[in-house]
Amino acid sequence: PRQRRRCAEVCNDLLVAEAASLFTQRQYGPAAPAALEAVGFRVGRQLAERYSRDKARLGDTLEVIKFVCKDFWQAVFRKQVDNLKTNHRGIFVLQDHSFRWLLRLAPTAPLADGARAEAQARAAQPYLHLPCGIIRGALTHLGVNCTVEADARALPSCSFTIKITA
Amino acid sequence: MPPRPLPQLEQINAEIFTLTYGSIVRQLIADFEDLDEVNKQLDQMGYNIGVRLVDEFLAKSKMGRCSSFREAAEVVGRQAFPMFLNVAANVTNWNTDGTECSLILADNPLADFVELPEEYKGELRYSGLLCGVIRGALEMVNMDVDARFVQDMLRGDEVYEIRLRLKEHRAEAFPFKDDD
Repeated sequence: PRQRRRCAEVCNDLLVAEAASLFTQRQYGPAAPAALEAVGFRVGRQLAERYSRDKARLGDTLEVIKFVCKDFWQAVFRKQVDNLKTNHRGIFVLQDHSFRWLLRLAPTAPLADGARAEAQARAAQPYLHLPCGIIRGALTHLGVNCTVEADARALPSCSFTIKITA
Repeated sequence: MPPRPLPQLEQINAEIFTLTYGSIVRQLIADFEDLDEVNKQLDQMGYNIGVRLVDEFLAKSKMGRCSSFREAAEVVGRQAFPMFLNVAANVTNWNTDGTECSLILADNPLADFVELPEEYKGELRYSGLLCGVIRGALEMVNMDVDARFVQDMLRGDEVYEIRLRLKEHRAEAFPFKDDD
């Protein structure tokens, strides 16, 4: 089989950063969050298709979420999710203590000061729509309909809240 | 120029980059509905990336400034392309005064898994991002260039050919005046 092609990580880092500023600045079309989410959604669907190809069919929602936390996260974000919580009523919170796609924006340690953390989370917001879309796209491809929201108040840690929408 | 070992950058599966780019292009087509405008946006996005990528390149490759456009074109094709995309570009078809040349790629990671619908083949410069990157990066080392695809495998050509034309090689501008 053909060897999987590789490229420098910085290419993708700069591309997603430029995409965030392009869609934030352009004057017409859908609002930036929707456009970036749509960009990510297609990518997530396509990647999930590739990365789940050799897998036996995944079963229930929890099994799909675990696949995303481990295999999918490893392939896309280069490590596994550090912590998975659920209320057992359709909400899952995935926490990544050092979210790779935001490392260029992140301070080396979380900010203790609440106001600065809020400001930082706001600054990170445009960069989160695309990854949220990727995660939702992957889950949707694997049969889990949901919404995904990110919280970056403790960068470089980032958490993603998945709400199952049936 | 003797070949030197390329510095190893952190690597990822290129499909993430390729699919993300493809999805951005699709979104721009849906939003703008005008392929000319899409081409401009891709070029501008590439320019902004090139301006930042050149720092990464100079820091990692530990190269000095190129003294000529000839040398710079070789560095782009032989070192920068392999370092970032793991493909090399041949530099050929020089004009007599050394201000124009072609970068030839037999393989273009941006175009993996891509098939252009017939209606886009005429106007859409799908991989135009690369031209913007080159233009932005060379501008940072004082070379103003035009870069455009003149052959494109997505449009049925045999290879990818980016034509580079040097418009101006500016003298190094010093940030201070030596007037007293």
